[in-house]
Amino acid sequence: MISGGTSRKGSVANIFTNCWERTQMTKLLIFLKGYKKELILGPFFKLLEAIFELIVPLVMAKIIDKGIAYNDVGYVLKMSALIVFLGICGLCFALTCQFLAAKCAYGFGTELRTALYKHVNLLSYSSIDKIGTSSLVNRITNDTNTVQNGVNMFIRLAVRAPFLVIGAAVMAVSIDMKLSAVFFVVAPLISLVIFFIMRKTIPMYKKTQQSLDHASLLTRESLEGARVIRAFSRQNEEIQEFREAVSDISTQSIAVGKISAILNPIAFMVMNIGIVAVIWFGGKRINIGSLTQGELTAFINYMTQILLALVVLANLIVIFTKAFASANRISEVFSLLPEDDGEITDLDNNSDNIIEFRDVSFAYEASGDSSVKNICFSVKRGEMLGIIGGTGCGKTTLANLIPCFYRATEGTVSVFDKDVTTFSHNELRQRIGIVPQKAVLFTGTVRDNMKWRNAEATDEEIISALKIAQAWDFVSSNPEGLDTLISQGGKNLSGGQKQRISIARALVGAPDILILDDSTSALDYKTDLEFRKALRTALPNTTIIMVSQRTTSLTDADKIIVMDDGEAVGIGKHEELIQNCPVYCEIYHSQMSQKEEKANA
Amino acid sequence: MLKVLKRVIAYSSPYLIYFILTIVFALAGISLSLAVPVFIGEAVDCCMGKDSVDFTRLTRIIVFLTSVIIASTLFQWLMTLCTNKLAFLTVRDLRTDIFNKMQRVPLKYIDGHTKGELTSRVINDIEIISDGLLQGLAQLFSGVITIIGTLIFMMTINVKIAVVVVILTPLSFIAASKITKASHNSYMKQSKLRGDMVSLVEEMAGNQKLVKAFVYGDRAEKRFEEVNKEYGKIGAKATFFSSMTNPTTRFVNGVIYAAVGLLGALGVIGQFTFLGSMTVGKLSSFLAYSNQYTKPFNEISGVIAELQNAVASAQRVFSVLDEVEISDDSDKEELSSCDGSLNFKNVFFSYSPETKLIQNFNLNVKTGQRIAIVGPTGCGKSTIINLLLRFYAINRGSIEISGRNIYEITYESLRNKFGMVLQETWVFTGTVAENIAYGAPDATREQIIEAAKSVYAHGFIKRLPNGYDTVISEDCGLSQGQKQLICIARIMLMSPPVLILDEATSSIDLRTEQRIQKAFIKLMEGRTSFIIAHRLSTIKNSDVILVMKNGDIIEQGSHEELMKKNGFYYELYNSQFTS
Repeated sequence: MISGGTSRKGSVANIFTNCWERTQMTKLLIFLKGYKKELILGPFFKLLEAIFELIVPLVMAKIIDKGIAYNDVGYVLKMSALIVFLGICGLCFALTCQFLAAKCAYGFGTELRTALYKHVNLLSYSSIDKIGTSSLVNRITNDTNTVQNGVNMFIRLAVRAPFLVIGAAVMAVSIDMKLSAVFFVVAPLISLVIFFIMRKTIPMYKKTQQSLDHASLLTRESLEGARVIRAFSRQNEEIQEFREAVSDISTQSIAVGKISAILNPIAFMVMNIGIVAVIWFGGKRINIGSLTQGELTAFINYMTQILLALVVLANLIVIFTKAFASANRISEVFSLLPEDDGEITDLDNNSDNIIEFRDVSFAYEASGDSSVKNICFSVKRGEMLGIIGGTGCGKTTLANLIPCFYRATEGTVSVFDKDVTTFSHNELRQRIGIVPQKAVLFTGTVRDNMKWRNAEATDEEIISALKIAQAWDFVSSNPEGLDTLISQGGKNLSGGQKQRISIARALVGAPDILILDDSTSALDYKTDLEFRKALRTALPNTTIIMVSQRTTSLTDADKIIVMDDGEAVGIGKHEELIQNCPVYCEIYHSQMSQKEEKANA
Repeated sequence: MLKVLKRVIAYSSPYLIYFILTIVFALAGISLSLAVPVFIGEAVDCCMGKDSVDFTRLTRIIVFLTSVIIASTLFQWLMTLCTNKLAFLTVRDLRTDIFNKMQRVPLKYIDGHTKGELTSRVINDIEIISDGLLQGLAQLFSGVITIIGTLIFMMTINVKIAVVVVILTPLSFIAASKITKASHNSYMKQSKLRGDMVSLVEEMAGNQKLVKAFVYGDRAEKRFEEVNKEYGKIGAKATFFSSMTNPTTRFVNGVIYAAVGLLGALGVIGQFTFLGSMTVGKLSSFLAYSNQYTKPFNEISGVIAELQNAVASAQRVFSVLDEVEISDDSDKEELSSCDGSLNFKNVFFSYSPETKLIQNFNLNVKTGQRIAIVGPTGCGKSTIINLLLRFYAINRGSIEISGRNIYEITYESLRNKFGMVLQETWVFTGTVAENIAYGAPDATREQIIEAAKSVYAHGFIKRLPNGYDTVISEDCGLSQGQKQLICIARIMLMSPPVLILDEATSSIDLRTEQRIQKAFIKLMEGRTSFIIAHRLSTIKNSDVILVMKNGDIIEQGSHEELMKKNGFYYELYNSQFTS
C-alpha cells in the first residue's frame, strides 16, 4: 500500500479489533467438536505416562534404601524389573497419546481448511479486496498448519509439562516437606528466567524476521528488474543495498542470539545450584535422621525433571503464541460475512432488455469517493455496448457491476429485467462470459482450462470457441492439441496466446452476456479484427460488453459509453458521439488522422 | 555430501577463530558440566545416614561444585555465542555472494527460472543451511563431546557397568533409525501432498475473483477437498510415525536406567565381586550419567535428518554459485563518445540450437534514424534488443555501435548509451523520486520534476499522499499506466544517445499515450531509436521498419517500400483500419 501519513486513529482502532478478535477466535474451537474423545483421552494417556515416569525415581530410591541397605538381591531384581515394566506401560501410553494427538490435530486441520476454503468461496469481491488474495492463500495453507500443529502439541505436551512440574513438586513435598522449600525457590526462579528472556527476545525475533522479509523483497525485485538493472548498469548499487540488508539480519540475529543463548546455561546453573542446596540442607536433615540417602537421590532426580519440563513449557509457549496469531488471522477470514445471495434461479430467457443501469453509483469500501457516478443506460439482446475512457476512469468497475461482483451503492442494476441482487449469483454468472484484463490460465490441459465455464463442454464446443478467439490455429498446430499441457500461470505460452485462450474460455457454451475487459491488448490489430468479426457472426444472440481503449474496436458498437473520472460524459452511437462528445472526439481524432494518413499513402 | 559440507565449511573459514573458540568452549563447558554428577555423587556419599554426615568434606565439595557449575555455565554461553557468530556471519557472506552471482549470470539463466524459485534459494535455502548445517554441526559436535565425556566419566566410576551401558546404547539408536526409516516414506508423501495442496490453493484462491466469475467455486472446493482429505490422512500418519521417536527412545533410556540401577545396586551390595566396587553416591552419579549419555543420541538423530535437509539446500545454493558468469569486462575499453550509429553484420542468433531464428541479418543504422520492429503477437520482436544490449550473445556475425564492436567494450559503457522502456514496467520499493532518478542518481529534485512533467506524470504524482516522496512498490495500488509513466520519466531524465521503446505505451490509455508520444518525439530528436509496437500508426514515419514473423526478420525497408511490396507488412497495416 502507498504509505502516506499513517493515521493516528490506528492505536484506538487496534484495541477494539484486538478485543473483537479474541472473541472471534474461540469460534475455531467448533472444529474440535468431533474430536472430544481424542482431546480428553490424549492428555489422559500422557498423564499416565508422566505418572509412571515420576514413580521411577521413587523405585530407585527403594532399591538404594531397602535393596542395598539390607543386601537383598531379590528385591533389587524385582524393583529393576518393575522399572522396565513401568517403562513398557509408559511407552504404550505415550504412543496411544501421540496417535490420538495426530488424529485429532489433522482431523481438526482438515475440517478447518475445508470450512475456510468454503467460506473463502462465499466471499464477495469487496471482502477479497480487504484481505488480498495472496494473504488468503497464506491463511488457507500456512496458518491452518500452524494451528494444527498447535493442537497436536497441546494434546502432547500441554498437560504433561505442567503436570511433571507439579507432580515432581508434590513428590518432593511427600519425601520431605522442609527440604522441598528449595523446590519452591528454584522452580519459580527458572520460570522467571524463561519468562524474561522470552519477553525480551520475541520482539527481537520479529524484527529479524522483518529484515529477512526485506532481503527477500530486494531479491525478488532485483530478479524481476534484471533487465532494467543491467540496462542501467546498477548492479553494484543493488549489491550494496542487499549487502546492507543482510548485514542487518546478521547483526540482529547475533544480538538476539546473545540473549537467548543465556537461557540454557542459566537454567542449568539455577538447577544445579538448587541441587547443591538440596544436598547441603539434605545433608543436615540426614544427619538428624529425618531423611535417608535414597530419598536424597530421588530428590535430586525430581529437580532434574522439573528443569526439563520447564524448558519444554517454554517451547510450548512459543508454539502456542504462533498458533494463536495464526488462529486470529483465520478467524478474521471467517468473520467476513458471505456475499448476500439472491433467490431467483430461473432467468427469463425471453426478456429482451438484457442489461439496464438506473442511476447507478458505486464507491469502493476503502475509498469515500464514488468510482462511478449516476450511470443510466440499457442494452438489448444481441447488442454490443462499448465502454471507453482513460486509465482509472471506472470502466472496469462499471463492467464488474453487471455480474454483481460489487453491489451498486446507489441505484439499481438490472439484468434480464430483474435487479441483479435478487438473482442467485451462480445462476446469473453462469449466463455471463468474462474475459479479465489479465489473462490467467490454470495448470492442466487446454481442455481443462476450456471447461471452466461448463464442466460438460464437448470438444466441438471447445474448438468452436477457440476458433472464434483465433486460438485454434496454434492449439491445433501442437501435436497434443487440446491435451497440450499448460504449466502454472501459463508460462509456456506467449502473452497473446494466453489472452486468446482466456477469451475462448469465456465463449464456451455461448453465454448470454460476454464481458471483454480490455482483453485484447496483447493482440495485434489483425488478430483483433478477425476475432471481432468471428465473434459477431458466431454468437449473434450474445450481448457484448466491450471495455476498450481503441476506438476502432468500438466503432460498430450499438452504444458506446464514454467514461471520464467515473462519470458517463457521453452515451450513444459512434456517429452521435463524434457530433456531441468532446472527450470521445479527442480520442477518436487520433484514429481519424491515421485514417487520413492512410488515405494519403 | 562430504564435498558439500567441506565447501560450506570453507565458506566459514574467515571465521575460523569462532570455530576454534566454539570447540574450546564446548570442550571446557561440557566436560565441566559432566564433572558435576561426580561431585554430586561424592556429596551424596558424605551423607551416609543419621549422625554420620561428613560436613567438612561436604562443605569442601559443595564450594568446589558451585564454582564448577558457574564456570561451566559461562563456557556454555560463550560457546553458543561463538556458534551464532560463525553461523550468522557465514550466512551473510553466502547470501551476499549468491546475490552477487545473480547480478552476473547471463539473463538466460534468470529468464529460465521462476523468480520465486531463485528468491527461495537466497532466502529459504540459506536459512536452512544456517539452521541445519552450521548450528547443526555445533550441536553434533557438542553431542559427540558429551557422549565421549560421559563415557570416560562412567569408565572412571565403574568400567564393567559402563561397558553394559555401551552395549545397550545401540538399542536407542536402532530404534530411532528404524522409526525414521518407517516414517520417511509417509513423510515424503506428506510433503508432496502438501505441495499439491499449496499450489492448488495458490491457483484457486490466488485467482479467487476469476473462480467466482466462472462459478467454478464448487468444482474448486471438490478438488480442494480431495487433496485436503488425503493430506489430512497421510499427514496424521506421518506425524504419528515421527512422534514415535521420543517415547521409544525414552523407553530405551528407561531400560538402560534400570540396567544401571540393577548392576549398580548389586555392585554396592558386593555379592557379585566381578562388578567392582560401588557406593550409593557413585550409583547416583552413574544414574545421572546414564540419563545424560542417551540424550545426545536423540539429538544427533534429529540433527542428522536436518543435516541431510541442509545439504540438499546447500547443493541448490552452490548450483547457482557454480553458474557461468558473463565474461569479465575489466580488460575491455570504455565506449566514451557515441554517435548512436549501429551496424548489424551477418548476424545469426537463436535461443536454442534446435530452432533457428535470426539468420544472416544485416542492418546499417545511421545517427538519428528511427527503426521500428513490427510483427504479430509473440513473433520475437524483443530479440534484437536482447542482442543489442548483450543480454543474449549472438551466435555469429558482429554488431557495432559507433563503429566499435559491442563485444569489445564494457557492458556498462555499452548499456548506458541506451535508454529502455519495456512493456513490463518495473518499479522498486522506494520513493517516486528515487524510482525516477534510478538511471541518474545525482539528479536534482528540479530535474526529476521536470522529467515527470515532460511525460505528464507530474499531475498524478502530486496527488499521491506524499508527492514525490511517496514510497511505491510493484503492488502498491498504482495503475499499470502510472507505473509506466514513471519508467518513461526515468529515461527522460537520462537522455541517452539510443532509445528503445518496447511496447512502451501499451498499458497507457490513448489520451495519455498521445501526449507521451509528443514527448517521445521530442526526446527522439537527433537520437537513434528503436520502437517495438503493434500499433502501426506510431511507427509509420520510421526510417527502417523490420517486419518479424516466427522469430525471423522477413521484411525490411521504409513504410512506402514495404507497402509497395504488397507483402506481410501490407496485410498487417491494412488490417488495423478495417473494422
